[in-house]
Amino acid sequence: MPIPSSLVTLLVGMALVLSGLWVGYNVNLLPLDASANAPVYDSLFRVLFSIGTILFLGIVGLVVFSLIRFRRRSGDHTDGLAIEGNLLLEIVWTAIPAIVVLFVGIYSYDIYERMGGMSSLNDHSAMHRMPAMETMEASVTTAEPAPEGMAPVKAPRVWGGIGTTAGEANVLPVEVTAMQFAFIFHYPEGDITSGELHVPNGRPVELRMKANDVIHAFWVPQFRLKQDVIPGQPTVLTFTPTKAGSYPIICAELCGPYHGGMRSTVVVHEPDAYDAWLQKNSPVAATVASAAGTPTA
Amino acid sequence: MTVASPNDFQESLQPQGWLRYFSFSLDHKVIGLQYLVTGFLFYFIGGALAGVIRAELTSPISDFVSRETYNEVLTLHGTVMIFLWIVPVVNGAFGNYLIPFYVGARDMAFPRLNAVAFWMIPPAGILLIGSYFITGAAQSGWTAYPPLSITTPALGQVVWIVSVLLLGGSSIFGGINFIATVLKLRRPGLKLMQLPMYCWAMLGTSILVVLSTPVLAGTLLLLSFDIVAHTGFFNPALGGNVVVYQHLFWFYSHPAVYIMVLPAFGLVSEILPIHARKPLFGYTTMVYSILAIVVLGLVVWAHHMFTSGTPPWMRLFFTIATSFIAVPTGIKFFNWLATLWGGKLALNSAMLFSCAFIVNFVFGGITGVALAQVPFDIHVHDTYFVVGHFHYIVYGGTVFVIFASVYHWYPKFTGRMLNEDLGRLHFLLTFIGFNLCFAPQHWLGLNGMPRRVAEYDPSFTTLNQISSVGALLMAVSSLPFLYNVIVSAFRGQVAGDNPWNALTPEWLTSSPPPVENWIGEAPLVQHPYGYGVDEDSLSVQAATGRDLWSGAGRR
Repeated sequence: MPIPSSLVTLLVGMALVLSGLWVGYNVNLLPLDASANAPVYDSLFRVLFSIGTILFLGIVGLVVFSLIRFRRRSGDHTDGLAIEGNLLLEIVWTAIPAIVVLFVGIYSYDIYERMGGMSSLNDHSAMHRMPAMETMEASVTTAEPAPEGMAPVKAPRVWGGIGTTAGEANVLPVEVTAMQFAFIFHYPEGDITSGELHVPNGRPVELRMKANDVIHAFWVPQFRLKQDVIPGQPTVLTFTPTKAGSYPIICAELCGPYHGGMRSTVVVHEPDAYDAWLQKNSPVAATVASAAGTPTA
Repeated sequence: MTVASPNDFQESLQPQGWLRYFSFSLDHKVIGLQYLVTGFLFYFIGGALAGVIRAELTSPISDFVSRETYNEVLTLHGTVMIFLWIVPVVNGAFGNYLIPFYVGARDMAFPRLNAVAFWMIPPAGILLIGSYFITGAAQSGWTAYPPLSITTPALGQVVWIVSVLLLGGSSIFGGINFIATVLKLRRPGLKLMQLPMYCWAMLGTSILVVLSTPVLAGTLLLLSFDIVAHTGFFNPALGGNVVVYQHLFWFYSHPAVYIMVLPAFGLVSEILPIHARKPLFGYTTMVYSILAIVVLGLVVWAHHMFTSGTPPWMRLFFTIATSFIAVPTGIKFFNWLATLWGGKLALNSAMLFSCAFIVNFVFGGITGVALAQVPFDIHVHDTYFVVGHFHYIVYGGTVFVIFASVYHWYPKFTGRMLNEDLGRLHFLLTFIGFNLCFAPQHWLGLNGMPRRVAEYDPSFTTLNQISSVGALLMAVSSLPFLYNVIVSAFRGQVAGDNPWNALTPEWLTSSPPPVENWIGEAPLVQHPYGYGVDEDSLSVQAATGRDLWSGAGRR
């Protein structure tokens, strides 16, 4: 008894979907996940990879099958079937991709929200740095000194980035300055300036980034995060490291002849090791330890 | 409009014979071939530049050329391949050659403007290439983002701007000409919905050209003021805004992707039905999906700027808009697959390149939908993942179609056939070399290799060397092609008027066609895809997959 073609189609389709899902969930193409949002990113990657595998295998399969099954035999000069279209088919292959794309869009929105991408950048930075009332005052009287020591008088407008630390108390702020061809990290807590980024494991970090000359981009592949550093437009990037270790910081925007060499390192310490690093490098601590030299104002 | 009679042409001062191809000819076929050959010359220059890049990247340190030279080379490679190869060839070359045939006209609507548009290209190309030897070429990439483009050596950057302005002008002139020809020069009796699909593709493309290229021109003018006159439009030191430049630049340069691929979609729609001996599946939806791509293509530009200074709502809007462009694009691919299904496929070079285009472009499209998702893009933006993605689109997509088109229309251009064995060899080498070159780049990008670098992490060496081997194979693949097109022009098998037994109007005349395309009246082709067995006993509604499979109802 011949197997009905609808059954064959169904079985092929199921095999395709299963193999796509299997490939998607077993694929390992990404580097180590070392920040809180990296596993979230990786789950999006797996979903996209599964859908992509199903589509790609299906279409390549159809092309190869057609090329073999419907190839013109020698001596055959007849035409194929005069089928000019099929409304039902057109509706099906418009609707299915539309649904898939909609699903992917909603899902990636959810991922983006979980990464903190949708938090309102400027409300957040204003709230974070000073109470709302003081913001108004500060904006009126910009000449007055800062109401609190660590934050600037007027929170600069943030033009882009990813902020997740709104409402969190334990945030480590770091000022990042990008220039041809280096990143400089400055820690307002303790007044440390460093060429490498040192952060404690598990504590949210907020990078406040500005560029001196041309556009650069701050990228840590293990954190799955990237943000352009733009002259004239401050940006922020927040992340929470989850695995101790050293990871590369890479400039990802063409910035001149030595662009490829513009790299640094982010060192994620365990909290006590970070405190030790802080002690060792703090100029205040150094002054106290040596009990000599003029303290800088 | 007044149409000159053939006698006027013969008595004019226009040179005849081979000299026509070096003259200010007004014949659309001569201009089309001028575009094609000029484009291929720049393709080989751009390919040599790519060779320099791949040679540099065989080792993780900067050792083959100086760092400044490397940046000049990558800037020239991008600019040459986009503005001097793909855009002029898929628009100018095939558009000029085919559109007048398809609408049943004896020439383009504005033949002189057409010749002017072509002759803007050689000086622009010579300026661009010459700038490397005389002043030093631009070093800021084909995107020329300020402030980098303001701070790198000024002379090379200004020459680059002048060259791109000339090429953009040429493109706008061409676009106006195509719109006028398709809409106003159609043979009486030929309706819009009877036109071959390439006409629709060129109409959509030309609308994009005319709407978006002036924005690029204005932007580059402002940039040149910043460089030459020290104005502050994009200079943050003078209060300018660098992100505004990116918006304006991508408002052109994303539609530019569709300016490069929509004509390729049109060409494939012409090639597949002829070699599959079947009508083009779903003509009407194909037309509407082109128009949908045109509309959506204008509102997706900021997906190039997800890591730039863009607020969250903007990232979200452009994610959705970009994702949805996959729907009309998908419709086109499913229609091509349905065109192949149940056909009598000739496995010649044109068909093989077209099918490889489908495979490559689907791969590039899938990575494209992934890149449209903000969270995904934030990791891989400006990395080799993106380099891999867009080479799958523009090389695996458009360049494969250009080769398919050369194999398909060469008999019409010259009156002689190309050698099929050499063509299949060319295909095989190109397909393997291309995938070897660009597939590994996706992994490199995911794992931490940014684009536009001369030096990289030593752990990426092996994959970069594999990629360079692929590039070498692609270079080698052009040898059988070059030999084939040169030798076949003299010794190839004589093609006759219609070697593919096709129905579109360019085949209903001699090969090569006479000056005004047809001796006598232009044919009225109302069913350009009327292939297939008409007496077929199967009705479209009743046919099942099994009927097609078993060949039931076929004579």
